[in-house]
Amino acid sequence: MALDRLSARKALQNHIDHPLLETPFHPRIEALSRSQEWYVWAGYRAPLSLTDEEMEYTALRNSCGVFDISPMKKYRISGPDAEAFLDYVMVRNVAKLGIDRVHYTCWCNDFGHVIDDGTLFRFGPESFRLCCQERQYEWLSDAADGFRVNIEEETRAVAGLALQGPTSCRVLLNAGFSGVEALRPFQLARFPHEGGEIVISRTGFTGDLGYEVWVSHDAALSIWDRLFSAGALHGIQAVGYGALNRCRIEAAFIVPNQDFMTADHVLRPDRARFPDEIGLDWLVDPAKPYFNGRRAILEAREGKGLRHVLVGLEVEGNVPADGAIVYHRGKHEAGIVTAGIWSPMAKRNIAIASLDRPYGSDITKDFFVEIYALREGRYHKLMKRATIVSRPFVKLERRTKTPPDDF
Amino acid sequence: MTSCDAIVIGGGHNGLTAAALLAASGRKTILLEASAHLGGAARTEEIAPGFRASGPAHLVNRLDPSVIRALKLDTACLSGKALPTAILDLAWGPALVRGAYGEVVEGVTPEEARAFAALREKLFFQASLLKRFLARTPPRLGKTSLGDMKDFALAGLSLISQGREEARDMLRMLLMNVADIADEYLSDDRLKALLAFDATLGIHLGPRSPTSLLGLYYRLTGETNGLPGAQYLPRGGIGSLARAFEDAARRAGAGLRTEAPVTRILSRQGRAEGVELAGGERISAPLIVAAIHPKAAFLSLAAPGEMDAGFRKQIRNIRSRGNVAKLDLALREMPRFTGVKPEDHEARIVIARNIRHVEEAFNPAKYGAYSPDPVMEITLPSLSDPSLAPQGAATLSALVQYAPYELKEGWETGKPAFLKIILDCLDRHAPGLSSTVIAARLLTPPDIEAEYRMPGGHWHHGELQVDQLLINRPVDRASSYATPMEGLYLASAGAHPGGGLSGLPGLLAARHILSGGR
Amino acid sequence: MKTYDAIVVGGGHNGLVTACYLQKAGLDVIVVEKNDWVGGAAVSRSLTPGFLYSNCSYVCSLFRPEIMRDLDLPRHGLQVLPYEGGAVLTRDGDYLANYREHDPHIREFARYSKRDAEAYERYSRDVTRQCRLIQPLLLRTAPDPFSFKPRDIQELLFIAKKFGDLSPHDLAQTLRFWTMSIADFLDEYFETDVIKAFLAISGIIGTALGPMSPGTAYVLLHHYMGEVDGSVGAWGFARGGMGAISKALAASFQASGGTIRTGAEVAQILTGKGRAEGVALADGEEIHGRLVISNADVKRTFLKLVDRDSLPETFLHRVRHFKMRGSSGKVNIALDSLPEFPALPKNSPCTKGDLHFTDSIERMERAYDDWKAERWSRDPMIDLMIPTQIDPTMAPPGKHFMSCFVQYCPPRVEGRDWTDADRDAFAETVIGQIADYSPGFRDRIIHMEVRTPRELEQEVGLTEGNIFQGELTFDQILFNRPVPGYAQYRSPVPGLYMCGSSTHPGGGVMGAPGRNAAAEILRDLKRHPKEMSAAHDVL
Repeated sequence: MALDRLSARKALQNHIDHPLLETPFHPRIEALSRSQEWYVWAGYRAPLSLTDEEMEYTALRNSCGVFDISPMKKYRISGPDAEAFLDYVMVRNVAKLGIDRVHYTCWCNDFGHVIDDGTLFRFGPESFRLCCQERQYEWLSDAADGFRVNIEEETRAVAGLALQGPTSCRVLLNAGFSGVEALRPFQLARFPHEGGEIVISRTGFTGDLGYEVWVSHDAALSIWDRLFSAGALHGIQAVGYGALNRCRIEAAFIVPNQDFMTADHVLRPDRARFPDEIGLDWLVDPAKPYFNGRRAILEAREGKGLRHVLVGLEVEGNVPADGAIVYHRGKHEAGIVTAGIWSPMAKRNIAIASLDRPYGSDITKDFFVEIYALREGRYHKLMKRATIVSRPFVKLERRTKTPPDDF
Repeated sequence: MTSCDAIVIGGGHNGLTAAALLAASGRKTILLEASAHLGGAARTEEIAPGFRASGPAHLVNRLDPSVIRALKLDTACLSGKALPTAILDLAWGPALVRGAYGEVVEGVTPEEARAFAALREKLFFQASLLKRFLARTPPRLGKTSLGDMKDFALAGLSLISQGREEARDMLRMLLMNVADIADEYLSDDRLKALLAFDATLGIHLGPRSPTSLLGLYYRLTGETNGLPGAQYLPRGGIGSLARAFEDAARRAGAGLRTEAPVTRILSRQGRAEGVELAGGERISAPLIVAAIHPKAAFLSLAAPGEMDAGFRKQIRNIRSRGNVAKLDLALREMPRFTGVKPEDHEARIVIARNIRHVEEAFNPAKYGAYSPDPVMEITLPSLSDPSLAPQGAATLSALVQYAPYELKEGWETGKPAFLKIILDCLDRHAPGLSSTVIAARLLTPPDIEAEYRMPGGHWHHGELQVDQLLINRPVDRASSYATPMEGLYLASAGAHPGGGLSGLPGLLAARHILSGGR
Repeated sequence: MKTYDAIVVGGGHNGLVTACYLQKAGLDVIVVEKNDWVGGAAVSRSLTPGFLYSNCSYVCSLFRPEIMRDLDLPRHGLQVLPYEGGAVLTRDGDYLANYREHDPHIREFARYSKRDAEAYERYSRDVTRQCRLIQPLLLRTAPDPFSFKPRDIQELLFIAKKFGDLSPHDLAQTLRFWTMSIADFLDEYFETDVIKAFLAISGIIGTALGPMSPGTAYVLLHHYMGEVDGSVGAWGFARGGMGAISKALAASFQASGGTIRTGAEVAQILTGKGRAEGVALADGEEIHGRLVISNADVKRTFLKLVDRDSLPETFLHRVRHFKMRGSSGKVNIALDSLPEFPALPKNSPCTKGDLHFTDSIERMERAYDDWKAERWSRDPMIDLMIPTQIDPTMAPPGKHFMSCFVQYCPPRVEGRDWTDADRDAFAETVIGQIADYSPGFRDRIIHMEVRTPRELEQEVGLTEGNIFQGELTFDQILFNRPVPGYAQYRSPVPGLYMCGSSTHPGGGVMGAPGRNAAAEILRDLKRHPKEMSAAHDVL
């Protein structure tokens, strides 16, 4: 037994020969990559773009963009107390999550600060999968003390592809997954594939019609091929993070450690955030049984504990405000733009910003952003008016329409 | 479902103290004790026909005067005189430390006696400053109250009053090890050994471990009958004191139920609402006071989903593995310790040759082995209280360390071997003692855990080390008796200021509750 | 006869730093050093042809970048090379590697425990938070809590504010961190013994405490406070060995007009009219100066060099009881070829860093038990490195220099002084441990230098061979270092200052005590130290 463990451990010694991991889809992505622009996502080599960000964005909004989400951390949580356990960990009411449903959620540490956000899949009364950005195995297993649950990491074992865009349903139908058109947003279903089973959920990170396909590691390449041959005539195109990022900003989805800092990683005492400070107050269910951080969140709500607020800004002009400082009346520093782009869909200069209250909460007018635009070796310092607008910046009817329009 | 105003879980002396004060305030209070006896670790039980012995607590040295006053505690059993301490040494004979921790020292040179007096004065001065912080709820960080400020200011002032040098010296010494201080001031191995032993008794440190001096400070903050540092053997055993606590609680009108083990603390949305007993009976109350080990309260009784996960992890991380074994012997006749005068046999007898002896006794405990050459303190309770043993016979009570909770070889085989080691040691100092043994009861930490429901068998309910003191006792978010669960309070040795028969955790917790503090 | 503005007794790195700053501020400074070379414990020496040994200190990470910049050390030849990882070789034939890149490092931990791999992130965050608290204190004089002088009160408020920014929970955790043992601290994060052993090493290096002693978590911090070019916690080598630091300092000093006298052992610090007024050398020669600054440790300075009658009794008492207690030894080896460690894969980057063979906390603590009993550890903790893999200037082509830092090694052996036979037996213990993991190791040895606390004291002048010039326990840090009331580099004798590692913030090749001492001296001289740049921001 001990010897088995030793040889298993030794067998992994050579991991250092491949400092960057590759997802099971990597051979296909590598083959398609013309721009060879890569970035590191959770230890994996992931494409920033494969051809041209503009065209990839167009695919996501006009036909069907495919983004490899395999590096997402995935945890299978099962056992008799799985629901009670997740209801305790998550701020959202897990008892209300139906079987074969998915919901977006976040979870907090004892002080009510957000550790991470993610999607929770429910496969059965006692079986769930959590998908998120940061490693959570330690936190989940610590919290599970006293609960009859089993937590298993399946990041490597389960590969995922996001198919997003107006023709994504058609591509899946062409590939033979009939019935997929009946999936409502945040619903999932199982389909046969190569003698096994895959899961398709109507979820995504673009605020558009879209699906996520979840397959076992071994079936990854065959599902890729099946989808790409089915989608050839419907504009299927592999995309990188650059294009996806534009869509998610248009949909006003936030990204951990970009739009907010995850509580487990902050070094500076004032950087962690309550759900209410990053626009996630609607997830918190104070009426359900106790959950981690409940007391701190409610105390912050009652007292003066909430110090920040996340807002959507529309900035005049067309220069993206990413990273800009937000001022009130041009004098008082009010916060920072955490993400900003020119939105091709909205034809507006949009931004997500974190403001220090009362800016953004009580004071909602007279904001300016200070943009430093580097043009041929010189900064153009711009002070542009910014208006708080409702989110999402782009709202698409096709995101929720069931069955989706066919193309 | 029955209901009341307050439930106290655990009938040890801290639980009884809290129950007495809560009941006296007019709250309908029920105390629930799992075992058949009240008194917790302070009870006295029969170990052989006609022989009675105390549990892990076998001496009184820190029963707090404010507890006596608040409970109008009957302390007649403590009316004798303070016990001296005899530190044995086969070559040189014993050194005798008399009065309240060595007002008079016998058996050493006059210079050494003077050196001891100087050190004693220094330590008592420093302990008196620390005492201020033991007798009140620890300051709450970020919300420092006027009372806290006052105490800091007063402590600061008294510190300065002794002059800048003394003040500086205190800040230097505070976190030092006892061995270096003993070496700095003393030269007699017996006196050094005594300080080393007293500083580390019940604590998982050796005399050379940094911060071990704190154990000695803690010892010296105690007072009995107005004498700081004094120690007493109550008539009738420690149990008589336990009965005094019990009487005080009864007088105050608390309902005391024994054989009523609580299995769950009932709560909703993080608010305590009552308890459930082993038989399924439920009692509701808006106020639950857990006078039990914090691990038992927060990990066994409270539902896991009702308290924050980080907090529960902190509780799991409390270091609380006992290191002391309790030995009780029923003896056919009174033992004779070599070199100790007959009248001095009522002393607390310490076997520790020098600092190195204590340190080397500690070494194996770090690796899960008992000391092959242990150190110990011994009392002969039946000498001053003949009712504890049949005519002509005697009882011997000893705290022996180090005996780690987690013994690598297992206590099943370890216990008889360790008992033999202890008896051999006793025989060396009191020849023939082991041949007069009628019955022997050796309580290892796992035995103490089982017998007294103390996780880890640790009488302080958690190591008494700097990182588990004051605002970090038991952990920061439960350090002012209130806990993260609304309505649930902690009032045991696991709370500030710590273990020993002081009654302070119970008293301070009750006062905190009565003052409406959260 | 010439009277210098300042005489620095001892040419260790801190003495040189103080001398440099004073000289740059316009003083006429002489450094008096007993050896024929300067550098103290930061030296590179050639004891066998073609090889340079970093005889004592062997890594360069703590040295403050502010000092390197102020004194223009790169121009005078100092180059610091960051290095890759390292490994603990385990008894079961595996190893735990320490990689520079974050994700491989996490994956390496995950080979042992997935939980520990994730705990490591939380652990690094928590330790980094502590480092950020303490780092700003390094280049500041520790305030005296009982002087009630405005400057001390201001400094106390500065510290209070640092801590006041923390949440109550973080403050409580800080209090725990500062007082815990590294073993207990690690137990709160990790379950794997070898991972704990690997991380505990920094908690004990240079200290006479075992990993289970309270206070060792703070010692860990002391070793983590280093940085190489802004990369906090990184370690590096000085190109040309540790002597390169001293050489650069000496060159910088001489370039600004300072005088260095080597081979001149100070026998006495002269006082007159209650003031320090110079030094007398062993050969009787006297050198006069308006100020004397001692880089020697506090015991050597006040128990050997200064006339006791000029010192207050309490001060002397404290100095006598200042804990030095050397705990480490050093074995420096010239090798014919690069040793092989079959447990490590060929070309593993690990061999370029520190190698260890102590794979459990228990072994480490047992090694300390030996020290307590005044024996060298039978199963010692070795911090081994072969810097010639990165810095080829230290050995002839194809040959290598190996530095082995060994713990524990007591100042005296079972109540008596070290003998040559003891020293050889000690070396054999070390070689034996290495040879267990590296077949043929013995055959590669060309030359070996063995240094126990005895050699460190004799050659470098470190009392009891303590590399930090005094333990880093609570009673000897901050305003208690070296003596309460005298923790601001001034001594009871007017005109006599201290600048060695016996003063705040303590040992390691950091230079901070030297710089802080210079700042206090210039303050007393009412000169504004414009050559002293502000301490770097901790954002």
